[in-house]
Amino acid sequence: MPDDANAFQTALALILGLDPDLIGIVTLSLKVSLSAVLIAALVALPLGAAIALWRFPGRGVLIVALNALMGLPPVVAGLAVYLLLSRAGPLGELGLLFTPGAMVIAQVILVLPIIAALTRQQIEELHGDYREQLTSMGVSRARRIPTLLWDARFGLATVMLAGFGRASAEVGAVMIVGGNIDGVTRVMTTAIVLETSKGDLPLALGLGIVLLGLVALVNAAAHLVGESARRRLG
Amino acid sequence: MNEWTRLDVTPIPSLSLSGVGFAHRGQSLLHPVDLRLAGCRRTLVMGPNGAGKSLLMRLAHGLLAPTAGRVHWEGHLPRQAMVFQRPVLLRRSALANLTYALAIAGTPRRRRKPLAREALERFGLAALEARPARVLSGGEQQRLALARAWLARPEVLFLDEPTSALDPAAIKAVEDAVLDFHRRGTRIVMTSHDLNQARRLADDIVLMVGGRLIEHGPAETFFTAPASHEARAFIRGELIW
Repeated sequence: MPDDANAFQTALALILGLDPDLIGIVTLSLKVSLSAVLIAALVALPLGAAIALWRFPGRGVLIVALNALMGLPPVVAGLAVYLLLSRAGPLGELGLLFTPGAMVIAQVILVLPIIAALTRQQIEELHGDYREQLTSMGVSRARRIPTLLWDARFGLATVMLAGFGRASAEVGAVMIVGGNIDGVTRVMTTAIVLETSKGDLPLALGLGIVLLGLVALVNAAAHLVGESARRRLG
Repeated sequence: MNEWTRLDVTPIPSLSLSGVGFAHRGQSLLHPVDLRLAGCRRTLVMGPNGAGKSLLMRLAHGLLAPTAGRVHWEGHLPRQAMVFQRPVLLRRSALANLTYALAIAGTPRRRRKPLAREALERFGLAALEARPARVLSGGEQQRLALARAWLARPEVLFLDEPTSALDPAAIKAVEDAVLDFHRRGTRIVMTSHDLNQARRLADDIVLMVGGRLIEHGPAETFFTAPASHEARAFIRGELIW
């Protein structure tokens, strides 16, 4: 077993040498998580805005449920998708289990409540400021959804980055529905788990560094977006 | 130029409030009011803070539903716009704020920018069209809100203390704009607690104190021969509530 300093050096060499295995894993991770965030956002942004704007029976329950689902354990989401997609499951015929598609589905389930719940909060607050003006102008409730989503765009970018952070960092769901198959469904987090348990620390460490860098990048981006919005738009 | 005058000869429908009251959590904020506003006049709703002026405006404009009585337009529902004390502008450029209003009003896309630019020009904002609306100064923001209202070609314009947070130059700009609206055939309903402003602008005065309508009549009568002791005190500049 190599000592830690040695492992660290090898990890850096893998990253700087653009090791094909490492690149493949990182690329798949990004593809899966970005797809998941994009798909989740398409549903969750209008959904969150709609919940913010409409009053209907069961609204309170829905909001509590969404907030609770923000903390949904990834392994539970993975298990649910596994049951859905397994041979005997209702969607078994699609043959999606152990494919990147299944991983995207699982991450959509994890990310959607986060984006929907945070969008609901932001839009409700913004609508508090806009309500009278929009009512005065005769803006219909459906028309307010794109209006408010656009005006909250910088806050919502941060929300989506939070979703991406959750998706790219989770391991439980993609492990269960993806199966961590080399070259097919192996992503950064599952690879780290595997390589660590095998004792191949350099690859695990290399992936860990990339993942950490990615998370830092995402947070820096979120910060910059927020700052520039405050400066430019008041 | 965007010279809309009311070519249709239909008179602006009268607004009648009959027994309109508003209560919140069992507390009456506006005691039943009977009020009729007709013709193309400039009505200033006066009174101290908390008199219910803003509430009356919101009920008349339809932003709030009264808890008692009825707000009724005699005739068609007129085109209306409202300008608020603190302008609510979208987080977009000055120009985009106006094209948005035009889009909502159903103006065809290709006509939106020319119309919006004309309105910016009219309100002295042409140089600021690309500026984010929310970093404009208070006076500029209020002018932009007026430009947006202008594009709605309102038959009735409500203004809720539109000048109370502005400096004298900006107040002058807003008052000129109000007179411009009126010249184009818009009925003006505006709240204010500034007697000088009322003297400059008002055809009619509505005086409210403590959630009650105290007096309603021509401005001249109000200032020369006020009927109520509240009005006399208000004109003398005494504290009333």
